[in-house]
Amino acid sequence: MQLATQVKELVRKEMILEWRSKYAINGILLYVVSTVFVCFLSFVSIPDKITWNALFWIIMLFGSINGVSRSFLQESRGQQLYSYFLTSPAAILLSKMIYNVALMMFLTLVALGFYTLVFHYVPGDLLMFLVAVLLGSLSFSTIFTMVSAIASKAGNGGMLMAILSFPVIVPVLIMLIKLAKNAIDGLDRAVSMDEVSILVVINVLAVSVSLLLFPYLYRD
Amino acid sequence: MYRSWWKILAVILVIYSTVAGFLMPVPRLAILNETIRNLYFHVPMWFAMIVLFSISVWYSVRFLSTGAESDDVRAVESANAGIVFGLLGLITGALWAGYTWGEFWSFDPKQNFAAIAVLLYFAYFVLRNAIDEEQKRGKISAIYNIFAFPMMVVLLFVLPRLQDSLHPGNGGNPGFNSYDLDSRMRAVFYPACLGWILVGYWVYSLRFRLRILENKNIH
Repeated sequence: MQLATQVKELVRKEMILEWRSKYAINGILLYVVSTVFVCFLSFVSIPDKITWNALFWIIMLFGSINGVSRSFLQESRGQQLYSYFLTSPAAILLSKMIYNVALMMFLTLVALGFYTLVFHYVPGDLLMFLVAVLLGSLSFSTIFTMVSAIASKAGNGGMLMAILSFPVIVPVLIMLIKLAKNAIDGLDRAVSMDEVSILVVINVLAVSVSLLLFPYLYRD
Repeated sequence: MYRSWWKILAVILVIYSTVAGFLMPVPRLAILNETIRNLYFHVPMWFAMIVLFSISVWYSVRFLSTGAESDDVRAVESANAGIVFGLLGLITGALWAGYTWGEFWSFDPKQNFAAIAVLLYFAYFVLRNAIDEEQKRGKISAIYNIFAFPMMVVLLFVLPRLQDSLHPGNGGNPGFNSYDLDSRMRAVFYPACLGWILVGYWVYSLRFRLRILENKNIH
């Protein structure tokens, strides 16, 4: 029970901090909007649905790397020590993950709205595509949160973050692109159940392994 | 002598599987023909790689609980040896594919995922080089190693099952399934796997002992 209250308070803290500066929300929104706009200027229209799908996921991938990697990299050493002193490591990790999942889901939905608006295209099975998008932001957030914790401990953040996260995220990305493509083609939903269940399993795996490992990571 | 029996066994098994692999009769399958002999060289590399990476994860877990330097050295050296077998697996596969599929790299799912799994361990080495402090380096890289291992398992064992592959035994290609991997091939294939795994373990133990000696000189 204590863990739940700690997590709740920490998530509230993250949200208040974000609300004060609005750095992440505005930053990622601007990043996504300008990337989509640049793509629009260079492609003008995308007749090929596979390209449409791939482009969307590439934009989301880099957007979430930028957004989520802040979660640990941005905190100063003093701040980290202070929160480690007060709360359990599991609460810190869980609160960051929950906050990142909420943030990324919101931003991805906004990005999807803008993307469909600019390119005048709505996927055949919109509900399934939304499921893919939500699962995508969920898995990006859980995996990148842990990787950013590792990268922040290692010292030089941004570069290491990209190197460490790409090989780990590739299986997720492949599943997501397949799932999204099924949704675009409007295939029967039963076909996509394999991908959905694997993504759920990967997420459960990532969260549980992170919870096991984080207590070792935060101790210096 | 009592400690080196498995090294002798490894040498005998690898020599046996190489000689028998080229000389023993093999079943005639369409497309594969004589190239089916690559089974004796290509597949054991992956087995050896998986065994070595598992050893690496095992010692990473142990390092987190003990913090002993030797556990860290064991973890990194088995990953080092494992990645050599991974690269050999990619090379033997690509050479074979060059003659059987017509291209050395045809973006087959298994090829891609194996390449990504190798990338995962390159990232592990980059992470190690990025940290100077020894204890910290051991701890952080052990954590990444354990975190990445389940992802590698998904890459190598789950995802390829979901897609059609050009590999023998997948997508209607003739392959080494239980009914065509006949007993003559098994008699070479299993010793080859065991032999290469033992050689891999030998390489790892040599590298480990060398590193321990080097570290002794430094301190």
